[in-house]
Parts: sequence; structure tokens; C-alpha cells
Amino acid sequence: MSAAPVLVAQGLVGGYVPEVDILRGCTLTASDGEVVVVIGPNGAGKSTLAKAIFGLITLREGTVTLRGDDITGAAPHQVTSKGMSYVPQVANVFGSLTVQENLEIGGVLRRNLMRERMDAMMSLFPRLGERRRQRAGTLSGGERQMLAMARALMPDPSVLLLDEPSAGLAPRAVGEVFDTVAEINAAGVTIVMIEQNARRALALADRGYVLEGGQNRFEGPGPSLLTDPQVAELYLGGAGAGERPEPPPRVGS
Amino acid sequence: MEEFLNTSINGLSSGAIYALGAIGLSLVYGILKLVNFAHGDFMTLGGYVAFAVNVSAGMPLVVAFLAALVVVAALGVALEVAIWRPMRRKGAGVMQLLLLSIGLAFVIRNLILFQWSGATRSLDVDQFQAWNPFGDVVITRIQVIVIVTAGVVLVGVAVMLRSTLIGKSMRALSDSFDLAEVSGVNTRRIVLYTWVLAGSLAGLAGVLAAVYTTLTPNTGWFLLLSIFAAVVLGGIGNAYGALVGGIVLGLAQEWSTMVIQPTYKEAVGFVVLILVLLVRPQGIFGQARTL
Repeated sequence: MSAAPVLVAQGLVGGYVPEVDILRGCTLTASDGEVVVVIGPNGAGKSTLAKAIFGLITLREGTVTLRGDDITGAAPHQVTSKGMSYVPQVANVFGSLTVQENLEIGGVLRRNLMRERMDAMMSLFPRLGERRRQRAGTLSGGERQMLAMARALMPDPSVLLLDEPSAGLAPRAVGEVFDTVAEINAAGVTIVMIEQNARRALALADRGYVLEGGQNRFEGPGPSLLTDPQVAELYLGGAGAGERPEPPPRVGS
Repeated sequence: MEEFLNTSINGLSSGAIYALGAIGLSLVYGILKLVNFAHGDFMTLGGYVAFAVNVSAGMPLVVAFLAALVVVAALGVALEVAIWRPMRRKGAGVMQLLLLSIGLAFVIRNLILFQWSGATRSLDVDQFQAWNPFGDVVITRIQVIVIVTAGVVLVGVAVMLRSTLIGKSMRALSDSFDLAEVSGVNTRRIVLYTWVLAGSLAGLAGVLAAVYTTLTPNTGWFLLLSIFAAVVLGGIGNAYGALVGGIVLGLAQEWSTMVIQPTYKEAVGFVVLILVLLVRPQGIFGQARTL
């Protein structure tokens, strides 16, 4: 990759309680405009990695830099103000607020851009426009995920950190989420995506990381990880090993 | 009919006081997961500050209102900085915070007792001036003060929560603190604003309670039970719910006096609470949580 690294997480060690490390020296870099995917078995520390990058857990070792700025230990709202947004896996919308209010909270750091960004989100996610005044708690799973992404995109970030955006969604909604991620990336946003749905995610990825036990196990270009027999055996389900990967989802259907 | 109107006026007056107390209690719980047992004593303190300004210093009632708002809001902020924030940082859970607030309630109450003694006090308002709009319907001066003041403030607070970015941020925090934080909301600042709002509303409720009845060091503590009921009735953590819950509770308590002894009116409040929760366990405005 020739582009400069935007996000660099180096040697992360930490967890939720003292003395128990979930991450044991994780490393991740993402360059401008890339889609980077992190896969791995349950309990590998994937979500913890996302939280650590975003300053939601205290690191015992390691550094996180965003465009050369050290953001290790910064408060989450400071990370957001530096141009990285995060979509958590669960509880990622404000259920008692309307769709529009959710977006306003997302845009709280860029109040002068509020109108413009709101319009941009409504055209990127037309279905949210139709449901503007509806409470987020009443949306379907897929719509909720769209709203969560729209909320995160409100401050016009350069990096979007997604924690399992396809978890718990109906198959059709999963396709829509991946299409949208590709569309957001095509608009120039660097994507770091944690995923369970390894096959589809890697098909979309420029580069992928396989995490195990809080450490990097494999890394490489997305398609090559997909065809790597060892990765396939371990994480993509043995039956699929050696099969040709499915083609990347079409953008903007 | 006249009896109904009279009890409704009484119910609106006490309901307005409940509502003012309940909004702050509910927001603080929703945002900080703190069941603040000291909230009633915040109200009492508001009443005594007003007493000091209005009676001891002989200043007008309006000045007393403002002084109570400022002092109790400042107390809310000071306690957040001195106690609650450090406790949360150390990972204190709901139970530790709750017990701490009970202790704090006793400290505030006893300081009040120390400063002003346990004597029953009242503010300098004409308790007996009343009007007869028609028939046997009576509305007293103090009821007008309570209903008008509370009405204006409650509408203002509702508009603030609905339309301003600070109000929306407060509701967002109450919904999901972590998500608000990652969305870029400066949660520390919004928490301080919440204490300012909760404290000033509690102070105002305390002054109105002192205007409406009398003031003792136990005034707020005794009101707190009904205020908790109002919070649960409206849906815990929901500010609009607390507002409506307070007024519904006040009305239900007073209406009940048409058929049963007034002594039982507080119990009636809880019967209403139980009946509503049987039908809507999440409260009137609360949302059923499935995840």
C-alpha cells in the first residue's frame, strides 16, 4: 500500500478489569481509503480491539495514533472530534430519540455542518428520510444499523470504525449493510470493520487481520486471506476451505 | 362538581410540586444510574434558603425563589464534582451510589436541623387570601403561586428538553451514556448541566412546598416517597414521564379524598402506581426494553 497510514494501533495490551488482559499485543494499521477487516473466533478480542482504539478501555501498553496524532487514552468525544467515528455492535442508536434527533446528536461536534450533513445522510439512506420523526426504537434491525452508521457519519469523519455491523440482521439486510459500507468507502472514508461474517467482509476488504487470543494471527490482502487454506480451515468453516470466494457485493444496488 | 373542581385545584398544586421534584430525580437516575435519596433534602434546603432570604432577611418572595434555585443548583454541581464523579471513576455500582445518597440525605437534613432548628417555619405569604370564581369553588393565593410558577417552569423545561441541543443531549445520555460519548457529546459537561437543572428544579419545588404548606427539616424527605412514585409511574429515566407522573399522582391523591379519608391519600398514590404498572410495567412513557 502506497497511501500513508491514517490509523496505527501498535502493541495494544489491556482489558476491562485490572490484571486480565484481553488484548495481548494487538497491532493494526489502516491507510487512507482502505477497507480493513478484522476477523477471528469468539473471544479473540475483536470488539475489545475496537473499544481500545476508540479510547473506551484503558490500555496498559501500546499506542494509538490517528494521522500522526497520539490519541492513546483520549476521551471518546475527543477521538470523534479528530475525525474517527465508531459504531458499536449493540445499543448503537438512541431508542427513545427520533431518527432526526439521533443524527443531531451525531452532528453535535460539527454544528455548522448540521444541515448539509443531515441532507447528505438522508440521500445516502433514503429510508431514514421517510422515518425522520419516528423513534429509533421502533425501527427494524436493518434500519437501525443504517441509522447507527448515519449517526457516526454526521461529523464527516475520515475513519469509520464498525463493530460487527451485520450481527443479528436478516440476510437481505446483511447485503444492504455491506453494500452501504462499500458505498461509504467509495466516498473516501477509511473503514475499519470488525466482522463475524468473515467471508463477505474479507471479499470487501483491501486488507484483513485474523485475531486470536488477543494477538494478530494472520494478516494480508483480503482476497488472499479468503483463499488461505489455514485461515479457511480455522475461521471460515472447514467445509468452505479451498472454495472460490464469492464475488464482492455490487455497490449501490 | 364544585367538590371535583376544588380537589382538582388541590391536586394540581401538589402534583406540580411532585412534578418539579420528579423531573430532576428521573434525569439524574436515567443519566447517572444514581437513585438520589438526597433529592428530597435538596428540596428542603431550597425551602430553608427561601426562608432565610424571605423571612430572616425580609426580602421579597421572588428574590427568595431565585436564591433557592442558585444555592441548590450549586450544591448539585458541588456534590457531582466532590463525590459522584470520583465515585463513578472508581467504578461504584448502583448500590454503593444509592447508599451514599442515603447518607448524604441524613447529613444535609441534620445540617439544616443544626442551622434552623426543628421548628415549623413558613414563608411570608398570605395563606388565607382566596378567590371565589363561582359557586363554592375556592382558589387560594398560594395555589395560584404554586400552579402558575410550576406551570411556567414545567413548560419551559419540556420545551428545553424537546428542542434544544442540550436537552436532546440530556435525553441521549439518559438513553445510552456510552453511545452519547462516542457520538462526540461532551458528557461531563452535560452531566453538570443536568445537576444544575435537577438542583434548581428541586430548590424550586422546595420553596413551593414551603409556600403551599409549612417547612420542617423533614418536608422534602416526606415528599420524596410520592416523588419516587411519580418517577416510576412516568417511566424511570424519562423526564416527560416524570412530569406527567407527578401531576397524575397529585390529582389521584386529591380526588380520592372525595370518597375516602384524606389520611389515606398517599396510599392511594401507590395504589394508582400499582394499577398502572400492572398494565404498563415500563410506566406511562417508558419504553419496553427487549435488548
